[in-house]
Amino acid sequence: MSIQPGTDSSVPVGAELGAPAQTPPSPDKGMFGVKGTGDVSGFGRLARPRPAVFDSPRPYGEYFDDVYDALEEAYPALSEAIEKVVVDRAELTLHVRAEHIAEVCQVMRDDASLRFELCSSVDAVDYLGSDERRFHVAYQLTSMTYRRRVRLEVAVADGVTVPSVTQVYPTADWQEREIYDMFGVVFTGHPNLTRILMPDDWEGHPQRKDYPLGGVPVEYKGAEIPPPDQRRVYQ
Amino acid sequence: MTTSEYASARETTEGRVFTVTGGDWDSLTASVDPLSNEKIVVNMGPQHPSTHGVLRLVLELEGETVTDVRPVIGYLHTGIEKNLEYRNWTQGVTFVTRMDYLANMSNETAYCLAVEKLLGITDQITERVTTIRVLFMELQRIASHLVWLATTGMELGAISMMLYGFREREYILDIFEETSGLRMNNGYIRPGGLAQDIPDSAVRKIRDFLKYLPKKLKEYEAMLSGQIIWQQRTQGVAVLDVTGCLALGITGPVLRSAGLPWDLRKTMPYCGYENYEFDVPTATTADVWGRYLVRMAEIRESLKIVEQALDRLRPGPIWIEDKKIAWPSQLALGLDGLGNSLEHVAKIMGQSMESLIHHFKLVTEGFRVPPGQVYVAIEHPRGELGVHAVSDGGTHPYRVHYREPSFVNLQAIPAMAEGALLADVIAGGASLDPVMGGCDR
Repeated sequence: MSIQPGTDSSVPVGAELGAPAQTPPSPDKGMFGVKGTGDVSGFGRLARPRPAVFDSPRPYGEYFDDVYDALEEAYPALSEAIEKVVVDRAELTLHVRAEHIAEVCQVMRDDASLRFELCSSVDAVDYLGSDERRFHVAYQLTSMTYRRRVRLEVAVADGVTVPSVTQVYPTADWQEREIYDMFGVVFTGHPNLTRILMPDDWEGHPQRKDYPLGGVPVEYKGAEIPPPDQRRVYQ
Repeated sequence: MTTSEYASARETTEGRVFTVTGGDWDSLTASVDPLSNEKIVVNMGPQHPSTHGVLRLVLELEGETVTDVRPVIGYLHTGIEKNLEYRNWTQGVTFVTRMDYLANMSNETAYCLAVEKLLGITDQITERVTTIRVLFMELQRIASHLVWLATTGMELGAISMMLYGFREREYILDIFEETSGLRMNNGYIRPGGLAQDIPDSAVRKIRDFLKYLPKKLKEYEAMLSGQIIWQQRTQGVAVLDVTGCLALGITGPVLRSAGLPWDLRKTMPYCGYENYEFDVPTATTADVWGRYLVRMAEIRESLKIVEQALDRLRPGPIWIEDKKIAWPSQLALGLDGLGNSLEHVAKIMGQSMESLIHHFKLVTEGFRVPPGQVYVAIEHPRGELGVHAVSDGGTHPYRVHYREPSFVNLQAIPAMAEGALLADVIAGGASLDPVMGGCDR
């Protein structure tokens, strides 16, 4: 991962690059009117590096090149389907365009040199404010044959649908329902896309970043403690 | 006043007396076809002693045969993942430990491994910390399997097994209490180290436990394995083969009972498991019986690991050297409970202002974690526990998602139970060992 020192904190990370941002900027202000980092101790480093994740260059290292080459061979349309490849902290992430995700999963599962038999996890992250396509759905695939892991990531804007992978990995059934429940991402082709953790008549999607945590102030020994999302935060 | 066919009347000295007989039940029952296949829908749970917590199963029955099962979850959803985003990285431990309340140490370790991987300090974790983590994860696995044995025994009619299983588990909880101060929800394993060192008294207790449990396990096997009711309730019940397991994402003892020796401790080792001698037990029956055999064998394997971990335990630091991450104080037990040691308080309050600032910043603000995302998976008592942690570079997690084995494994209930008897739903569900706190988070 390459790290670039930040310039203007008001510009979202992904905006200049035209690529889905990896990380949103965290607020630098709010500490009693102090501008900048407000950190005079040097504890959090005086200048906050503003990271941006680019395409990782070849070779990726470890087994990642083998996986990529095998996928390219088995799925000729790969260059269209893949937005970028990121290798970070010894993990390979393939950013896939939403409309291709089910096909890519099918190839990942069935090709003899890939064999990602197990879809370990499907979950989502809301990059509100740092990426136009705010919802990133991450698929953690495991190859039991080769003992490898790969993450596929799909970025969609609010209201854009993602093809369901339940036809390829039936285990994604409940996990896609959870993402729908928590983020409001709609998976087309899912057999029964209903809420799973929240009650059926719940309004809103709780894991979205613009959904408040909620809670009520608590009185303790005469002092009133505000709910967690309204407490003073040391960023 | 009129009389009817079903209320004959006669005159007495007291007046007219009616004798009301049964209604037209004879004619009603005669009109029902005994062979009709009328379906009934039964709501089992969410409050039901055999559903392992607040799991609700909507069953469609034809007589005693289950034709359709729909598990309904979410009754224990507490928004832990959302709450984590409003706390700093260290505070996260206290939340994740409450997810799967029968495997606290595993939850905590998985979270800490993810945070440490994000920080890039995985190889700076000291030997002693890793050994103690392994020690406690394995004790936790034993405790969790004992609860499984206890509750499954109860659900299949062996009430005494319930009492014995919980009794033995209490032994392990005592060890946890001796070390962390709490029986459950320990908050003991922290990013970068451990809340405190393991006391010698706890080590002695573990040694005693290692001698104690194998004898007891033999007793339980003597009680259950040869028991004809136990055999008939478990053998050939709730079969799910390897293909079914992989399609549904089932891992852990259920997958191993189908014959695939997939155990992350062996296949993708973490915490130095590759240096321990142990086997991965499997069965080939793919039924409840096989899962029972696998779990009993796993308890024995875990005992082996615990023994090896104890032998490897060498004195050493329980925090990483980096003072920007390591908790600033050594905790000590005072009159008012566990808190900062008096020496540390004397130092920050009386001698070193820099120490005070350092302590204050680290405790109130927490450490920063470089931006990025990781997925870390460990072998939980119930299968693959995965932590997908995302950092934005701040002091709070941007997102933490738990891939909970209970959540994923529960999807297997329809595959196991449809077409079987109602009683087998209980046995099959129990063999998955779901913990709803983990499932719903």
